[in-house]
Amino acid sequence: MQSTAHAFKDNVEHALVDGNLQQSLALLKVGFSERRRQAVERLPEFEALRDRARDIKNHALAHLDFYLEAFEAKVTALGGHVHWAPTAQDARDIILDICREAGARTVTKSKSMIAEEIALNDHLAANGIEPVETDLGEYIIQLRREPPSHIIAPAVHLTKDQVADTFFEHHRKLGFDKRLTERSDLVAEARQVLRRRFQEADVGITGANFLVAETGSSMLVTNEGNADLGNTLPRVHVVIASIEKVIPTLEDAATLLRVLARSATGQEWSSYTTFNTGPKRPEDPDGPAHYHVVLLDNGRSGVLGTQMQDMLRCIRCGACMNHCPVYAAIGGHAYGWVYPGPIGAVLTPQLIGVEEAGNLPNASTFCGRCESVCPVRIPLPKLMRHWREREFERHLTPASVRQGLALWAFLARRPALYRRVTGIANRVLALFGRVAGRYAWLPLAGGWTRYRDFPAPQRGGTFHAQWRARGGARR
Amino acid sequence: MTHPPVSAPAPSDRPPGLGWTVGLFVTCLVDMFRPSVGFAAVKLLEDAGCRVVVPDVQTCCGQPAYNSGDRGDARRVAAQVVSAFEGFDHVVVPSGSCGGMIAHHFPDLFDDDPSMRRRAEALAGKTHELMSFLVDVLGVRRVAARYDGSVTYHDSCSGLRELGVKAQPRTLLASVDGLKLVEMANPEVCCGFGGTFCVKYPDISNAMLVDKTADIGATGAGTLLAGDLGCLMNMAGKLQRDGQAVQVRHTAEVLAGAGDIAAIGEPEAA
Repeated sequence: MQSTAHAFKDNVEHALVDGNLQQSLALLKVGFSERRRQAVERLPEFEALRDRARDIKNHALAHLDFYLEAFEAKVTALGGHVHWAPTAQDARDIILDICREAGARTVTKSKSMIAEEIALNDHLAANGIEPVETDLGEYIIQLRREPPSHIIAPAVHLTKDQVADTFFEHHRKLGFDKRLTERSDLVAEARQVLRRRFQEADVGITGANFLVAETGSSMLVTNEGNADLGNTLPRVHVVIASIEKVIPTLEDAATLLRVLARSATGQEWSSYTTFNTGPKRPEDPDGPAHYHVVLLDNGRSGVLGTQMQDMLRCIRCGACMNHCPVYAAIGGHAYGWVYPGPIGAVLTPQLIGVEEAGNLPNASTFCGRCESVCPVRIPLPKLMRHWREREFERHLTPASVRQGLALWAFLARRPALYRRVTGIANRVLALFGRVAGRYAWLPLAGGWTRYRDFPAPQRGGTFHAQWRARGGARR
Repeated sequence: MTHPPVSAPAPSDRPPGLGWTVGLFVTCLVDMFRPSVGFAAVKLLEDAGCRVVVPDVQTCCGQPAYNSGDRGDARRVAAQVVSAFEGFDHVVVPSGSCGGMIAHHFPDLFDDDPSMRRRAEALAGKTHELMSFLVDVLGVRRVAARYDGSVTYHDSCSGLRELGVKAQPRTLLASVDGLKLVEMANPEVCCGFGGTFCVKYPDISNAMLVDKTADIGATGAGTLLAGDLGCLMNMAGKLQRDGQAVQVRHTAEVLAGAGDIAAIGEPEAA
């Protein structure tokens, strides 16, 4: 998709006055985090599991080449095909070729952030193949021609009324001529529409939560079971996954699953957990005749061995955005590209460039709530800070900020001069603020005083001046 | 949360910190805007038997540079702090944010300088946020102070998540005569200050503040307390702009019996 990350501040301005969005976010602020808290409370070993999950992913990343080749060998032995896609364009071409070879007119898709990352739907549609999203949230936003606003709840920015309008608009031509208002009715209608599409599809495309090297399985969790129809009904099943999804064993998958759903939705287990291991075998009652796995790099191998490597541990649970007060204020679309929230603030500059996405790692208070809930303990604030350092090194930081910092640093390293300057500022601010106790406006502090008063200093001088005057111990 | 036992149990007739010389890192905001927080810290430390020294060579902990990506200046300021404070038995900071900078981030700044890294680690190991030092290190459980009214407490982010400051201020506040603590909803959610964040992204900061001040207002408490002056100035400024009659103070001031001075952003008596 076309990034608008460079226009982050404009995006934020719109998001903050979008009534529907703010209504949806108000629910999100309490829902996900409370459910996660309860799930964690019920599992005393959760913190220890987070350590193990982190260690599993670190081990897999340290031996990524080995496990990827092992995975490929297994898939091939099972009769499947593994395709290596260094770039997004490569992945799009590979998948289009598979679809063409299958004579596909429509393909069903289950939710895949990698498919979003490579803008697969547009590419297929431009080449005469109709992609049909089958995850309810993805289906809704596909009808509305919107990108996802959350990595596990793509339509979380919408209210029920908006969904009702969208269905009424698009389903009327299919014979559904009533505008529905009940949640369960909306779901039932989507199910009816999608059931036909499942039966028509020539190719099913799914993502993967994990790729298991030991067995050659791709593993997927959903709460709707849509992926299971998508990967068993069509003749061809294509899995699209990025390279860092590979883990060594089924045992590892079990450990990661124990932290995944709890972190994401507060469920102990997602409703459907499916292991796809090769094409249909002769004794299988159903399954695809052809099985392909497309492995996307798209710049990830370049992160290995760098100070940014920790970002590759991500298992896409969404806990960081569910707990982020910035995300809760502005929603996912404001981030301007595929991945929102704290992990988006770290991944997006890597994938599309820090020049384009430089605002994202800066738009954080470093409150640390994301890191405190991350199931694989990604130090998200630290990684955001690394991006800020790279921006500073490359002179991408705004000149006003650089000049302010230079002045601050000059003073901060000269304590005697610093005392004189702060002493004057203290006296002036205290003097003019003495009546009100605060300022409604201050020169150069518009960012502060637009929304809040600025407290005046106490009278009587700075702490250091008073301490000196009292003869307090200074060494 | 449980606290480690006091390292050296003191006889009951003398304060446990007797003999320790503590370096007070005042913080730039306390120095400039609210010296009473610094003096409250001095009183609490002296009451607990510590000798308090305030080195001249201190300005700021370096966070503005560190969090803006200016690692070079952050290192130079950090080196100045290390030199000024490494000689003390303990270093105490009336802020979780600046305390976290020294105790949590300083060593990382000297990745490529083993000798400075060792010195930064040594300093980090003996640097404490004020409430944590009083309760976890000195074993203080009670203070002699009175504050009439209901208060609510905001857990500032760095103190909470980098230094584990959560139960300690509540333990001490529970001993203040007349004080009733009413917890707000979501006390651990950021207030939207974030240092330069609040002026770089004022609209987002304000949206966060709106939620926070609504949670504060819903408690009906007459006073808001927290342990970080940046967050306190942010929340006080918003409450006052919106005309919410909540007094905003640093926890240390109330614990030190200085709860009667003008609250943050309120005019002082002439």
